[in-house]
Amino acid sequence: MFSEKIISMLFENTLITLYMTVASTLIAYVIGLPMGILLVLSAKDGLRPNAVLYKALDVIVNLLRSIPFLILLVLVIPLTRAIVGKSYGPTATIVPLTIAAAPFIARLVESSLREVDPGVVEAAKSMGADNFNIVTKVLIPEARTALITDATVALVTILGYSAMAGTVGGGGLGDIAIQYGYYRYQTDIMFATVILLVLLVQILQWAGMRLARALDRRVRS
Amino acid sequence: METDNNAMSEVMIRIEGLSKTFRTKDAEVEALKDINLDIHAGEIYGIIGMSGAGKSTLVRCLNYLERPTKGNVYVEGKNLADMDERELRSTRKRIGMIFQHFNLLMQRSVLGNVLFPLEIGKVPGEQAKKKAMELLGLVGLSDKAGVYPAQLSGGQMQRVAIARALAADPKILLCDEATSALDPATTKSILELLSRINKELGITIVIITHSMSVVEEVCTHVAIIDGGVLAETGEVKEVFAHPRTDAAKRLFMESGAHEGLVTELKGKHCIRIVFTKNSSFEPVIANMVLSVGTPVNILLADTKDIGGIAHGQMVLQLPEDEEKAQAMVEYLKTRKLDVEELTDYVQ
Repeated sequence: MFSEKIISMLFENTLITLYMTVASTLIAYVIGLPMGILLVLSAKDGLRPNAVLYKALDVIVNLLRSIPFLILLVLVIPLTRAIVGKSYGPTATIVPLTIAAAPFIARLVESSLREVDPGVVEAAKSMGADNFNIVTKVLIPEARTALITDATVALVTILGYSAMAGTVGGGGLGDIAIQYGYYRYQTDIMFATVILLVLLVQILQWAGMRLARALDRRVRS
Repeated sequence: METDNNAMSEVMIRIEGLSKTFRTKDAEVEALKDINLDIHAGEIYGIIGMSGAGKSTLVRCLNYLERPTKGNVYVEGKNLADMDERELRSTRKRIGMIFQHFNLLMQRSVLGNVLFPLEIGKVPGEQAKKKAMELLGLVGLSDKAGVYPAQLSGGQMQRVAIARALAADPKILLCDEATSALDPATTKSILELLSRINKELGITIVIITHSMSVVEEVCTHVAIIDGGVLAETGEVKEVFAHPRTDAAKRLFMESGAHEGLVTELKGKHCIRIVFTKNSSFEPVIANMVLSVGTPVNILLADTKDIGGIAHGQMVLQLPEDEEKAQAMVEYLKTRKLDVEELTDYVQ
């Protein structure tokens, strides 16, 4: 059906999509995870209430999350150029993807950590645990299942964004779909990219859920 | 308020003029008002009150999970108010605490839970593991070390929580409604365990509860808290036999079941009998009825056999004939029972 050249191009761009998705998710976690933890700690009922810090983080997160991704993509071009040296291509796309994903991840982390039973936190406090102990030994391990589910949601969302970035020369499967399907009317190639994207989402979702379940000790075995 | 006979032993916890006020948006709620209480080493001190009386707030003030609005708490002579966060954390390690809903780490194994305070205390791995296994042996769960809490029953979870609370070798164990989520048989076994811990390890225990039977079962001393105020304190057998306050009487006679019946009866002369030393095998009430020759009505009976001795209480409605009623009271007194006249039990 497809020539060998096209197949290898699809394969190559699948890898590029994965590269962009995984790399930006990882970097976004480096930023978003501490942000989420700080949101929980500084909240009014948190372990270390700090109204100013909470409000500041809250505003930043809301602000970044309310900008549509396509606009953010264009908006951060100067920053992208400053960091990567150019504004197009897979590596450059990682910059806007990370900026879009970090506040999203911060919110996911925040809500998952909030789910941890306050009674367990109180028990840890009663044993003389400090806030660092509580975050590393109670909040994160107890929220493990939810945090893995979050990561799956984050990966799938960023995968979608990365395809969007393709429309402005970001590389990857989205780029192929636009170039061949839209500009050259090669609908079959566009369909192939769509199928590949659907498959990627399915695999990520399945693997994430399996991992979350496998690591959950609350389930009676 | 404390009796002199335990002035000799060391005061573990001293509560001095403690008040706690919670501020909500448009009101101030005074949860605790001027509480003064000494708890001595080796005691099992029950703090009992109806729900909302402020007892859970009080127990949280003992390790400063809640900071009092006014007053001081001294643990082993040291004022918690003078401590910075770091000192407070190291003091908390000397005060174990267990909870109504156990509050175990659900993603850690039983062993992992008991190891938690040891990790915080930076006890080296092998030594910590040995200690944790010893404690699991003490609570009878050696075979469950690798199991996760979700696979345990409520009673087993509370045992794990007890082992965890003991891991840092505390001098004091605080129990916040620790048996309220458990069935009666499990409650009994947990109370027995607490009693054993008190005797064998010499740990002072504070038990917060709304249940009189918990206090009767294990406590040496009791404090009754009512509407944020300490109504009465003292040795359990003393307070139980001679309650001075309404709050105490209400707690001891808490039983809704008889209310419907009471209004149908004619006589208003009621007495409360407290059983503390009579043989369970002696049919006191039946003998009394036989000797006086008139029936009585039992309005409330809550007695149990502890080691062949009857413990508990009864409320009797005596015959309208005052002479016969008096004869009954006399009879009971000859049987060395504590008899208390109740003036307003029947409306």
